[in-house]
Amino acid sequence: MKDFALLFRQANYNYSKTSPEEMKEIDKRWQNWIGGIAAQGKLATGGSRLATEGTVLKAGGVVTDGPFVEIREILGGFIVVKADNLEEATTLAHGCPALDSNGSVEIRPLFV
Amino acid sequence: MEWMLLFIMGKSSESLQQLFQQEFSKMVAVISKTFGLQHIEIAEDVVSETFLQATEAWKAKGIPPNPTAWLYVVAKQKILHHFRRKKIYDEKVLPEIISGNVMEETGEVNFSVQNIKDSQLQMLFAICTPVIIASEAQIGLALRILCGFGIDEIAEAFLSNKETINKRLFRAKEKLRTEKVQMELPSEKEITKRLDTVLHIIYLLFSEGYYSQTQNQILQKDLCLEALRLGLMLTEYDKTNLPKTNALIALMCFHASRFSARQPNAIVLYEQQDQELWDATLISQGIYFLNLSAQGEELSSYHLEARIAYWHCRKEGTREKWEEILQLYNRLLQINYSPAVALNRTYALYKVKGKEAALAEAEKLKLENNHFYFILLAELYTGLDQQKARLHLERAYALAKTKTEKQCIQEKIDLINPLNA
Repeated sequence: MKDFALLFRQANYNYSKTSPEEMKEIDKRWQNWIGGIAAQGKLATGGSRLATEGTVLKAGGVVTDGPFVEIREILGGFIVVKADNLEEATTLAHGCPALDSNGSVEIRPLFV
Repeated sequence: MEWMLLFIMGKSSESLQQLFQQEFSKMVAVISKTFGLQHIEIAEDVVSETFLQATEAWKAKGIPPNPTAWLYVVAKQKILHHFRRKKIYDEKVLPEIISGNVMEETGEVNFSVQNIKDSQLQMLFAICTPVIIASEAQIGLALRILCGFGIDEIAEAFLSNKETINKRLFRAKEKLRTEKVQMELPSEKEITKRLDTVLHIIYLLFSEGYYSQTQNQILQKDLCLEALRLGLMLTEYDKTNLPKTNALIALMCFHASRFSARQPNAIVLYEQQDQELWDATLISQGIYFLNLSAQGEELSSYHLEARIAYWHCRKEGTREKWEEILQLYNRLLQINYSPAVALNRTYALYKVKGKEAALAEAEKLKLENNHFYFILLAELYTGLDQQKARLHLERAYALAKTKTEKQCIQEKIDLINPLNA
């Protein structure tokens, strides 16, 4: 078993207009997906959600408000899973709610 | 052996046995505190001899008006006699008293209410030391020293024999000695971390009772109540009365409330339970402690398990209930994976999203050595594919360990009409 990071990218989305009920639904979908991986005993770490605000430091000391204006998708968070190979790790990524909103999941092996 | 004598004595034996069981842990804690944990076996012997003498004396003359006081006086005499006879007192204990390693300056055993409480709490931390890796040996030692169970009972709880249990306890006590475990509360800095081990051992004690393989239901219930008592002991002290302590107590109350409704060793228990048999007092106690646990930042697995148990104490099978349970299992799995939690989570998923959705996830679990896994698969296939349901039950049957389990599974197989297959 090796560790793989699953990185979720989603179109920059403003949750400020989302109702609490909708937020709860979104949260449930994520929890159900991660719970399904954890149920297989394949979750390595709980991972983290990334807040949508932040800064980016660039060469030359330039600080910007984040990468969001420049690329279509932002990194929303990540989890680390255990899998025998990249193919299996990719199978685990199926069902990730980021995919429902046209986002993507990037699957990358971690060096030990 | 003291238990056997009591057994012969008949009627009054039950209450006497209870008295001895309660006093055993108190007296051993106080004596060990006084003379040092390395002499724990002497403490056990002294207390056992005291009970033996009590049994004989009380049989002849009747039970004295204050039996505990009687026990304490006799135990004190025996201790002094023992140490004098063995010369340990002069050669080993006395130097330690002089050098200040032992609490009681005079070596006099103090059975005051406060000292009993303090000693029991310290003994709880000593037995639940992280230097002994949580094991059957540690659970056994806890059952013996903290709960006062006899070797016979411990052997029965573990479906083992006396020799094995004695060996395990001996090894665990050796470890206490070689690691120089002291009877004292951990420092402020350490206590929260050490408390985790204590809570874990209490949790295992409770589980040992609740899921014990023994058929002896009185023993099972005793184990659970003892675990609950140890948990409550921790609430009497500020440093250990934390939200997670309350969460564990809530969890034990909720589980214990359904104790009478369970059927011994049956497999699908919950759905068939008679709600009338649920203990309402324990449920309300559980809710009380659950509310106390809802403070602070930490969300322990006890919090999640307590909330799951709370929802299970509500009989109505609403979608909301199963949705809550599913979410709690999702989170529990992220903190603390176990095959049993994975199976329960899949069952909750079935209740929320139906059989097909649950089957898709169940097939991924691949718990091929677990008969409960195949029982769950069979349950999910029932009505969708009778033949597969039957095949899974047959695999469950082959893997089941006890006769009762096999019987239960056979009944399920018989229920699947071969004509529909």
